Amino acid sequence: MRYLPLTDADRGAMLAKIGASSIDDLFVDVPQEARLSGPIEGLPLHASEMAVEQHMRRLSKKNLAAADAPFFLGAGAYRHHVPASVDHVIQRGEFLTAYTPYQPEIAQGTLQMLFEFQSQVARLYGCAVANASMYDGSTACWEAVAMAGRVTRRKRAVLSGALHPHYAEVVRTMAKFTEDEIADALPSLQGTPDNAGLIARIDDETSCVVVQYPDILGRIPDLAVIAEAAHAKGALLIAVNTEPVALGAIKAPGELGADIVVGEGQAIGVGLQFGGPYLGLFAVRDPKHVRQMPGRLCGETVDAEGKRGFVLTLSTREQHIRREKATSNICTNSGLCALAFSVHMTLLGEEGLRRLAAWNHALACKAADRLAQVPGVRVLNDSFFNEFTLVIDGDAREIVRKLADGGILAGVSLGRLYPAEDALKGGLLVAVTETTTEEDVETLASALQEALA
Amino acid sequence: MNAPNKSGWKPEMTAADDGMHSGPQTVTGNRALMLEEPLIFELAGTDTTGVDLPEIENGANRLGGMERTAPVGLPGLSEPETVRHYTRLSRQNYAIDLGLFPLGSCTMKHNPRLNEKVARMPGFADVHPLQPVSTVRGALEVINELAFWLIDLTGMHGVAMSPKAGAHGELCGILCIRAALEARGDPREVILVPESAHGTNPATAAFAGYRVENIPANADGRVDLEALKARLGPDVAAVMITNPNTCGLFERDMKAISDAVHAAGGFVYCDGANFNAIVGKVRPGDLGVDAMHINLHKTFSTPHGGGGPGSGPVVLSEALSPYGPLPFTARTADGVVHLVEEENAAEFDHTRAFGRMTAFHGQMGMFTRALAYILSHGADGLRQVAEDAVLNANYILRSLDDLLEAPFGESGPCMHEALFGDRGFGEGLSTLDLAKSLIDEGYHPMTMYFPLVVHGAMLIEPTETESKAGLDQFIAALRNVAERARASDASMKQAPYYAPRRRLDETLAARKPVLAWSDPNSA
Repeated sequence: MRYLPLTDADRGAMLAKIGASSIDDLFVDVPQEARLSGPIEGLPLHASEMAVEQHMRRLSKKNLAAADAPFFLGAGAYRHHVPASVDHVIQRGEFLTAYTPYQPEIAQGTLQMLFEFQSQVARLYGCAVANASMYDGSTACWEAVAMAGRVTRRKRAVLSGALHPHYAEVVRTMAKFTEDEIADALPSLQGTPDNAGLIARIDDETSCVVVQYPDILGRIPDLAVIAEAAHAKGALLIAVNTEPVALGAIKAPGELGADIVVGEGQAIGVGLQFGGPYLGLFAVRDPKHVRQMPGRLCGETVDAEGKRGFVLTLSTREQHIRREKATSNICTNSGLCALAFSVHMTLLGEEGLRRLAAWNHALACKAADRLAQVPGVRVLNDSFFNEFTLVIDGDAREIVRKLADGGILAGVSLGRLYPAEDALKGGLLVAVTETTTEEDVETLASALQEALA
Repeated sequence: MNAPNKSGWKPEMTAADDGMHSGPQTVTGNRALMLEEPLIFELAGTDTTGVDLPEIENGANRLGGMERTAPVGLPGLSEPETVRHYTRLSRQNYAIDLGLFPLGSCTMKHNPRLNEKVARMPGFADVHPLQPVSTVRGALEVINELAFWLIDLTGMHGVAMSPKAGAHGELCGILCIRAALEARGDPREVILVPESAHGTNPATAAFAGYRVENIPANADGRVDLEALKARLGPDVAAVMITNPNTCGLFERDMKAISDAVHAAGGFVYCDGANFNAIVGKVRPGDLGVDAMHINLHKTFSTPHGGGGPGSGPVVLSEALSPYGPLPFTARTADGVVHLVEEENAAEFDHTRAFGRMTAFHGQMGMFTRALAYILSHGADGLRQVAEDAVLNANYILRSLDDLLEAPFGESGPCMHEALFGDRGFGEGLSTLDLAKSLIDEGYHPMTMYFPLVVHGAMLIEPTETESKAGLDQFIAALRNVAERARASDASMKQAPYYAPRRRLDETLAARKPVLAWSDPNSA
């Protein structure tokens, strides 16, 4: 077995040193009846590297890769070009095969990277402090709701109807067990987010208002208005962002008064990967809330010679110290994805992010205009960044399936996200990024025209 | 005893005459290949970029009046500067690729590079989680194939694949238990957790709304069966047990524990962090376990990445499987693998799911890696993994127990990790000092001060991917630092001497937290 260095001679010599006559002697504490006498029956035996690669390649080929099709999916996961150097850096063994940096003297690479990552995220979100990452946007969203409960000592969270339905479902799932009350709603197919309706749902018992920015339909809500209303009732505003590239073009949520900003960082550096691993981002506007944050935090300090260095800090919030009194049970986070994000963001810089965002928006505007010309298709949004909602007569889900059969990945139907809601079934979310060509848009337009005819 | 070392450095050299410290000061602060590296914020301004992108002139604006007016403040670097920055940082990290990484309970084994290659195949890396199912059949097959391996290897009934890491898997398992109890109208309040448990166990139980009570260990480092039985009752929802436990010992009474918990109407949660010791040799399902998470980043070799991403599928007994979260995959008789979500759960007889743990399908990038690892080993190779992991740990235990206190060494062999305590160290010297001295010997330290039940605990897990020669060198290094600790070598208090940094001031970091960079010139 190519991954196992011990030879039979080694094994014999080691058993002799231990004073055991066989390997089985070392398993003496396992009751005899629970010990399997040989390899589990019905399972294949070891295979060569070549054989495994061939098997996996066969499975890989059964999927239609985004690069091989006109591709318009978004809804919480976005396809962007990731520079080759990002993948090179994350495959450096010193990053890839390191552990959580518990021994800071020999983990400054990871720690400094995390400090830089936290600083980048905090700036992007317009916040004071970001943590070293969460599992993904949806779990970060729930952790933010839980944190708002700790800060306000209230247990009623108000979710915007235009929060990603899977994020809302994760929040509802967790709240069932913590006995938090979740006031949720469905999105309505309007060009502008219903801020007034949302604000009317905030009351004196509300711990937080959760608003996606841009929202699930691609619209860009004015967070400042919602922040003001939430703060007037003593509630926190949690802003959720699933497309960080947008923040190169639109105002930072922290700047607009959001108290906790969370999101999905996947769009920068990480790639689609069928939904994971992704990168949960988590930041707070006010540094006084830091001690209620979940997850790892990396901080600056000095070593015994006075040199600057970095350590994991404020760990008295965490499970390995506080056990049942911890702010979260999270342990492992998404370190390598944080590195990918940070490298990509370093390559972009302010200038690159601004250009990338402007380019995405320009291409999306063009695509929206082109698709609006298709008979039977209407663009819903009054505002959007790089994703907008088309409304068609009939079931968009059927259209998506039909176009997929023709090798076009047309977008995400609202029917896929809200299968029970008839009123939404005509909705189709279309995302356009720098990877989308004009030819792709033409292909989609004519396929839609044909399918709707 | 001196550690063998082929690099020319002699153990008898002291810090003072080493040259590293007595040599000339450099203006850069660098010491040859030990390179200092500034922060990106100090290296770059906001006008450089390492990506060629067009400037859009007079583009349309449909941002709804929300366009950004303030700068973000993000530094940018060209590609060569970026690659150099991160390469220089990488060299300040210890990693499995550099040497033995004996962190107990963390299973730092070699990460095969085939796994990296496979995960990057376009059909896995470049597919969207919401693509029509007809375009992702291969991805669903990967999830399903891995799911069946995990079920077969553990002798369980079902598996929830979506949890994102071990602690997330724990939460998933406990939520299944709570859902099952509520479904039978028997909500209970307490979860019992051994004192030696990972911190995530009590944190998880508390998060799920339970009160946590400790259960004591007996003198040979295992759960006290009689004390446990005495505490069981109608208020106990579950017992969370790590097996092999965090002392590196197999819970001999596991089946009796499970039977007692079941008889009292509760469920058995097993923390599967230490599954590497028994994979292919013992099936937790045969021992009465109801739920167990599997850290794919431990037993199944997916990279730890400096702190994740992990992946924590949870195998479930027949009693708990109906409550597992959505989405999951199901293979029908025609061989087709389906994605089961909220809308088609009824078709697959899965209407009692407790909900959804995460937005999408779990850690696909880890599933491909873990499956490649499992297929490479097969049922025979995985068995060999457990045997070699246990052999390596016992070799360490018996090569050191004359010098280091082995609190349970008398009670028999250990499993995949060897546990030592700090008894016999000279006045004023601690486990921390030994660990930091081990850094100077070129090793990452073992897990320290865990489990909490042993004073100054040192938990050493070598894993099966270490050669005998590698172990011998590590043992020599460890013997050297242990002898120094016993001989009250006060110089250990200042170790490490040769790492990129000396001991860091963690108190200062917590007292005056600096958690993001700020421009000293703009303050």
